[in-house]
Amino acid sequence: MGDPRLNPAEYDFIAARRRTEAKTKSAAEKLTSLEDAVGRVKDGNQIGVGGCLFSRTPLALMREILRQRRRGLTLARNLTCNEGELFMAAGAASRVMTAWMSIGLPWGVSKILRHYVETGAVALEEWSHLALGLRFRAGAMGVPFLPALTMLGSDLVGVGGLKTVQDPYTGETLAAVPALFPDVALLHVHRADRFGNCQIDGYPHMDADIARAATTVLVSTEEIISDEETRRSPDRTVVPGFVVDALVRVPFGSFPHECYGLYEADYDHFAEYCAAIDARGPAAVGEYLERYVYGPPTWSDYLDLFGGERMALQAKRAKELTG
Amino acid sequence: MTGHFNASELLAVIAARQLRDDTTVFAGVGVPLLAAALAKRRHAPRLTMVIEGGIIGPQIAPGRLPVSTNEMRAGHRATMLPGITDAFLFAQRGFVDVGFMGGAQIDQYGNINTSVLGADYWRPKVRLPGTGGANDIASLCREVIIVTAHEKRRFVERVDFVTSPSWLRGDGSRKAAGLLFGGVSRVVTTLGILGFDPESKRMRIEATHPGVSTDALRQNTGFPLLEAPRIEITEPPSDEELEMLRALDPERRFLG
Repeated sequence: MGDPRLNPAEYDFIAARRRTEAKTKSAAEKLTSLEDAVGRVKDGNQIGVGGCLFSRTPLALMREILRQRRRGLTLARNLTCNEGELFMAAGAASRVMTAWMSIGLPWGVSKILRHYVETGAVALEEWSHLALGLRFRAGAMGVPFLPALTMLGSDLVGVGGLKTVQDPYTGETLAAVPALFPDVALLHVHRADRFGNCQIDGYPHMDADIARAATTVLVSTEEIISDEETRRSPDRTVVPGFVVDALVRVPFGSFPHECYGLYEADYDHFAEYCAAIDARGPAAVGEYLERYVYGPPTWSDYLDLFGGERMALQAKRAKELTG
Repeated sequence: MTGHFNASELLAVIAARQLRDDTTVFAGVGVPLLAAALAKRRHAPRLTMVIEGGIIGPQIAPGRLPVSTNEMRAGHRATMLPGITDAFLFAQRGFVDVGFMGGAQIDQYGNINTSVLGADYWRPKVRLPGTGGANDIASLCREVIIVTAHEKRRFVERVDFVTSPSWLRGDGSRKAAGLLFGGVSRVVTTLGILGFDPESKRMRIEATHPGVSTDALRQNTGFPLLEAPRIEITEPPSDEELEMLRALDPERRFLG
């Protein structure tokens, strides 16, 4: 399953630039539906996923990809949470590129990760957290690699096929972290105007780099703001409209993961999810997919499964932490 | 002995004492973060914590301890949220004195495995969560302190997979690989404190906790341990230390 050789398309900065040059970079309105936005994702695509672990995960967009039954995807995300488990169990992802995968310390090593990787059904390509960040940053910069002092000497080198480079000035050996130009970027942001100018509060994570590195950029946003509001705080804009291909308004679009300042992650939901896996193994994720992904037709139907009270409580907790 | 404490409390208190005032620490979640928070409250008020989720200078709220490195709880009252890549680049630039992290499997040269058990990476016997930022912390901080339970299954002669490099195979192999800085200086465990022989870079006993013999340390280690010229006995956690520590984790999320 695994192939330690890098796929040259991943760091082909010339082809990536040509794709971007060929794109329409219009300042037109980008607002659309989840169904339409996600229609741009093709089987076999490599997808850069914004947020980190259970923070600002673009769950509404990811749920729609599963509903559209895409196959053979590669997910590239710095820390991967249970959204990765859903993609593995649904048969949507055959490869996951990440630095770490599980939900969080209290819930232990992911049994789903173990099941799919140990049986060879899914290839887990591990890069260090910084190296993955630099892969996206090199992509965002339009260069084939970035020199770095990390990941050297470890067995991670052989996993992803990291090469080294000799510094032409000092002669020292550096890691040559290859660029990653994902086919699609998925982001969830706090606010955007209808032209796709995006603003994020709190943790920036790697979103701005992922968006610039990708060929196609799909964004969900908690809130749509006016053009005037964007222009009053342009310093807050982290992704400009011309980078964005499709924008969807999805309040609570990361739930039950967190969105900084708006709602805290629902630990109780993680505990219930893990308890079901402890009891019934990977089949429990199949049941979860039926109940939360394939069953409810819209995101608002999905949120109804959690209930307004739970969401209001998580919103209150977020205010306590950031207020 | 002053009062009673469990293994996690012992570990957190002894680890906290390793941190000096006027320094910076890259802390992993769990016991390392608790230990850093304790150090800051008790003896190192000018210590700055850096967390890999892209957080500088957080003030962790007691009872609201984070379980991950990049949730709101982790960044409570932080002074800067620079983004993940940039948080690590502060370490690459040399701004982080100590990397403070846990370990899964550790070998006699201080290398750590948190990736896979078994010989075939792509079809492992056990798939573990992975490096996260541990590889970067081990590569980039000025020194690294490991905080871990002392169990024979964790302390193995050779790790199955080097996720986070310390001294690699000794004999200057760390520098030869291009890792010009840092390396593991100490391993704080539930039985004592280990360090590394300056020449061979093999692990050695530097201190034992009260009531623990060097034999007990050896019996719980899967490779021969060297000994420092003088082996210290650590001071047990004081009532003051325990009280401050327990106040940080009233839910006993990490203290057990």
